[in-house]
Amino acid sequence: MTAALRHSMWILRGNPLTGIAATGVLLLVLVAIFGPWIVPYDPIASNVPEALLPPSAAHIAGTDQLGRDVFSRLIVATRLDLAIAVSAVSMSFVLGAIIGSFCGYAGGRLDRTVGRFVDVMMAFPLFVLAMAMVAALGNRVENIVIATAVINLPFYIRFARAEVNVRRNLGWVEAARACGESHISVVLRFLLPNILPAMAVQISLNLGWAILNAAGLSFIGLGVKPPTPEWGIMVAEGARFISTGKWWLVAFPGLALMLAVLCFNLLGDGMRDILDPRMRT
Amino acid sequence: MTEPLLKIDNLHISFSTRRGVVEAVRGVTLSVQEGEMLGLVGESGSGKSVTGFATTRLLDAAGRVTAGKILFRGQDVTKLSGDDIRHLRGAAMSMIFQNPRSALNPIRAIGTQIADAILTHKRISKNEAYAEALELLRAVQIRDPERRMAAYPHELSGGMCQRVMIAIAISCNPVLLIADEPTTGLDVTTQKVVMDLLAAIAAARGMATILITHDLGLATRYCRRIVVMEQGRLVEEAAPKRLFNAPQHAYTKRLVAASPTASSRIDDLVTEEERGPYVEACRKPKPPPAPGTPPLLVVHRLVKRFDQGAAAVADFSMTIAAGESVGLVGESGSGKSTTSRMICRLIDPSEGDIVFDGQAIGHVPARDFHRSPFRKDIHMVFQDPNESLNPRFTAFDCIAHPLMRLGNLRGGDALRQRVEECAQRVGLPADLLPRFPHQLSGGQKARVGIARAIACRPRLLVLDEPTAALDVSVQAVVLQLLDRLRREDDIALLFVSHDLNVVRMLCERTIVLRNGAIVEQGESRALFDNPKTDYTRELVEAIPHIEIETRLATAAL
Repeated sequence: MTAALRHSMWILRGNPLTGIAATGVLLLVLVAIFGPWIVPYDPIASNVPEALLPPSAAHIAGTDQLGRDVFSRLIVATRLDLAIAVSAVSMSFVLGAIIGSFCGYAGGRLDRTVGRFVDVMMAFPLFVLAMAMVAALGNRVENIVIATAVINLPFYIRFARAEVNVRRNLGWVEAARACGESHISVVLRFLLPNILPAMAVQISLNLGWAILNAAGLSFIGLGVKPPTPEWGIMVAEGARFISTGKWWLVAFPGLALMLAVLCFNLLGDGMRDILDPRMRT
Repeated sequence: MTEPLLKIDNLHISFSTRRGVVEAVRGVTLSVQEGEMLGLVGESGSGKSVTGFATTRLLDAAGRVTAGKILFRGQDVTKLSGDDIRHLRGAAMSMIFQNPRSALNPIRAIGTQIADAILTHKRISKNEAYAEALELLRAVQIRDPERRMAAYPHELSGGMCQRVMIAIAISCNPVLLIADEPTTGLDVTTQKVVMDLLAAIAAARGMATILITHDLGLATRYCRRIVVMEQGRLVEEAAPKRLFNAPQHAYTKRLVAASPTASSRIDDLVTEEERGPYVEACRKPKPPPAPGTPPLLVVHRLVKRFDQGAAAVADFSMTIAAGESVGLVGESGSGKSTTSRMICRLIDPSEGDIVFDGQAIGHVPARDFHRSPFRKDIHMVFQDPNESLNPRFTAFDCIAHPLMRLGNLRGGDALRQRVEECAQRVGLPADLLPRFPHQLSGGQKARVGIARAIACRPRLLVLDEPTAALDVSVQAVVLQLLDRLRREDDIALLFVSHDLNVVRMLCERTIVLRNGAIVEQGESRALFDNPKTDYTRELVEAIPHIEIETRLATAAL
């Protein structure tokens, strides 16, 4: 464990951005957990006399058309956005890693069938596919999660398949079989743990993308409904006022989105360096 | 004596790594005369390749010459500018690498690649370059060179690729050729052909050659002078004969002892001081099996066809008695790995029977064999120790795994005790058990692999080239270990290998396999001394022997 820590420290010294990104992600998680208790104003209750105030000491990100504090709404929205992204990505990760691993290990007809299915899915414009799914399944937050999970699935299947495929003929895999493991347990208990580090990179990069996707769906009016605070909706609602110079309604949620996605992507890149075996020893 | 072509004087090279600066070469001094073939011998990590790379200035960015000179025709290579060294490289000195397939560009036809090399250094037209390339292909004895000009590397065998590499290396008539393990990874017969060719070309063109190799036998066969390196230092320099008859340095003695020869026995492989109690164990004659004992394993007319239809293994039959060792030799593609995996019940045969201890096990699908009571009786040691251990398991976990799966040990003291016992049997210090594979050396990993294989006390151990990736001194120890296990525990060994010297020492009987069929089989010594088929004779003759009279004399004692 200490060796792994030392290794991480060595990478961080060469690439301090990873450290910053990790801190950013940690901060996001803390805000998501404790957000509702630390906000200065109620994010839902309207206060019309104070509508559309520009950023000031009392409202550091200004107020919206109903007089709600934009900063408080931003903070509270973190939980919903992260929750959608995390649950969608974990669903597609679990399913994708298992399906992909079995395809990569078994090869043959299973691999070809699933492979073509994945190809077909990836040929769709994924965001349109997600829109169609939410529209068909019903306009609810759960369905945003499912839609995001489904459109991420092909990437995980392909990734896990490729990672398992290069390992399936290695000596230690055969050794596990000689030690009395069935094919299924070789995949689940031996190959999967070995591809996890590589998948962690994919997860981190994917989380940023999933946040954008969820916000995008909300922006076009699918999934989350007002007055629930959510970054995508906040951008959508604020867009109406941008022509009259009320820039803060769009700029701050946009900034929050951008920073969150950036943190996840940078962390993913850094993790790739940390986990790259060529960087070791 | 004339001024040598290459003179390396007190060379020091260090690499900066995360753990600080590592000295790879610490004061090497050597010289190469024009037209001479010098053998640079050492085990992995001895700095032999680094020295070669430094001479052509191909060190990677982390490596730096910290002291010393490399004088090539009186010019210090270490001080040349980038332009000058590029003129030198290829034209005056060139290099052949270990893996010819990865050294060639896979998307360019070989003729084009040779012509490219020529065009870099000579101002001639494209057509002339192609004509020269064709001549070179002829010179390296590639059959049908006109047609091969347009071939891509993947269409050629490993030996062919290495010939193309040689053609590229000699394309501009260099005066110095550095061959870094040019034949490692090739089959013995190919190895001999390629090395003969290289030696002939070098002699015909008056090229000086540095042959970098870990194989003492190979170096003695082709070099007049051999330099032995250990841990970045030059420990001995001598003519091959003297090196073998009277090695001076302790390391050379060990290396010479560990290199198998036509007549050596397993207990010859380590020097007398290190031999210890092993000799006692193996000098005891093994009691012959009681007459009428059924063999442990009977394989009857095994056939394996893969999807394409051609049989990888055709009609393979054999028997092994308990405690017997049988060698299975053949070149790559002979079907020996497929056969061993069928016997180990990791893949299914297409036809034929496998009878283990009187019970037919061939019809149990490989996918269900993990539930068979015989699973723990047949175990396997895999080829490359670096790839045969789960990177996420510690050495302890690796050895404990079969015990937990097959030995009904669920943890606790009994498990710990048995794992430590196995580790001790293979000579693995107990304090290495908590380590992960990447923290172990190649030899230590090989021991973990063997400890894992013997943990459940199997009755048949299938070994798939278990020493192919190891240095000779480690190989010597591993071979002794296997032989001792066989004698002490009565484990039958099926030893799959392309290294005939090793098979001759370890195995009582040998089966020669070619294209999936048995060519010849019989008692090892007789088979090697008196091969009945041309193919076996070819194999035996291709082994780089160290034919030294005194060694024969000691063996006769």
